[in-house]
Amino acid sequence: MASVTVGVSIDIGEKRYPGHSGARPVTALLNMRACIAPSEFCVITGPSGCGKTTLLNIVAGLDRDFAGTLSFAPSDRGAPRIGYVFQSPRLLPWRTVRENVALVQPRHADRMELEGLLTDVGVAEAADAYPAQLSGGMARRAALARAFAIAPDLLLMDEPFLSLDAAAADRLRSLLLRLVSTRPATVLFVTHDLTEAVELADRVLVLSPSPGRVVAEMPIALPRTERRDRDALPVLRAELARLAGPPIEPAPNTAKIAFPRPSSPHRTAE
Amino acid sequence: MRFPAALAERAASLFVTLASWEAAAWLAHSRLFPGPASVLSTLADEAMHGDLLHDLGATLARVAVAFALAMVGGTAIGIAMARLRALDTLLDSGVVLLLNLPALVIAVLLYIWLGLTEAAAIGAVTLSKLPTVVVTLREGARTLDRDLGDMARSFRLGFWRTLRHVTLPQLSAFFLVASRTGLALIWKIVLVVELLGRPDGIGYAIQVFFQLFDVRRLIAYALAFVAVVLAVEWGVLQPLERRLARWRR
Repeated sequence: MASVTVGVSIDIGEKRYPGHSGARPVTALLNMRACIAPSEFCVITGPSGCGKTTLLNIVAGLDRDFAGTLSFAPSDRGAPRIGYVFQSPRLLPWRTVRENVALVQPRHADRMELEGLLTDVGVAEAADAYPAQLSGGMARRAALARAFAIAPDLLLMDEPFLSLDAAAADRLRSLLLRLVSTRPATVLFVTHDLTEAVELADRVLVLSPSPGRVVAEMPIALPRTERRDRDALPVLRAELARLAGPPIEPAPNTAKIAFPRPSSPHRTAE
Repeated sequence: MRFPAALAERAASLFVTLASWEAAAWLAHSRLFPGPASVLSTLADEAMHGDLLHDLGATLARVAVAFALAMVGGTAIGIAMARLRALDTLLDSGVVLLLNLPALVIAVLLYIWLGLTEAAAIGAVTLSKLPTVVVTLREGARTLDRDLGDMARSFRLGFWRTLRHVTLPQLSAFFLVASRTGLALIWKIVLVVELLGRPDGIGYAIQVFFQLFDVRRLIAYALAFVAVVLAVEWGVLQPLERRLARWRR
């Protein structure tokens, strides 16, 4: 198939959060470089607090306050359409599921296409419900439908299946793979669950503890269907765990950044 | 509570009020303290042959225009002040000043500067209400959910769609509070403004009846006005409140 999606080239020299009320500024990302090919399913993993969400927000264009460049290829297509699935569903509570999904579509979007998408994602029966009436799994399906409703070139997913029970998360992962196979998109998927990473990814990038940068990568050539059939997941997971290295917990210097204290008595307290 | 039961309770309470009023009027036995029966017949008579409907219409038109101006202007200014720090600093003392300036002073000043005109009257009512709307909506806009804002930005919803679907629904409770308190305030101020400088309206009529010591017509006009206020409360504001709360579980 001809490439209909976009690739992303990320080159972030530094991303820091200014310190507030006397706290030291925190560097979230440092020399974070990665190249994601069109239609690639790229999973990013790393210890908590290593800047994964920050990275997605930068790619989404929500955060422009960083040193570095971000480019999409092919570049002649204008701004890429980006679908974002957040850690929590972030549906509008005062709009029904259908309204939530239709809202992000272009104005002249096809109603039939919308209904087809709702059916594919499995929320057709709950389409007239308000988000407060949905189970956690259904709300995530709705968020997934919304992300696909714009026919995204690039799909950003920030631990989207967190806080679901194992069975529900498993069903949603299968659903995601089905959707991506029929509606191609480049995917940037953040998770700290290594099994989830090796189940989904074409390639896994491992970030270092804060400030985050890519310290290891692992392409996975084995087709996804065979990963489960041959019980290959534990083997892949073990390999990824070895690559990620033992200190998957925050390193000692991270703790210092997270709880800054005046390092010398001469510092004036603000 | 079921609807008919609620209605019966309201009717009973209304009946008790009217009965004690009639009894008090009978005891007082004075031209200056008419009972409900004579007031209601005056009300009907004024509605059919007098100026009641004209005055009521004039007052309601002023209320409607001033309310709309104050709500739209106050909402826009309130949201802008919550979002833009510089604007907040710039306008804050002005808002506090206006908030604490008695409506009577605003009305007198505007009548002096603009003459005894309709614009001055409506301007005075609008300015009296505007700061409360600004303050309420500013508080509301400060509580806006950043996560939903990020969602709207990442999906590139644009200004108007974000305003309509993301921002305003979050402010609906604050908007409703501002409407409620604002309308209650306007009902009171508009009569004072009319009394001071308009040739028609309920406020003007009340001034005339005061000079004539015509308490019967004075109460009749006031009752007609109260009836409209209650109709707006039950017919517009309460259904609107239920509609806006529809999505809550």
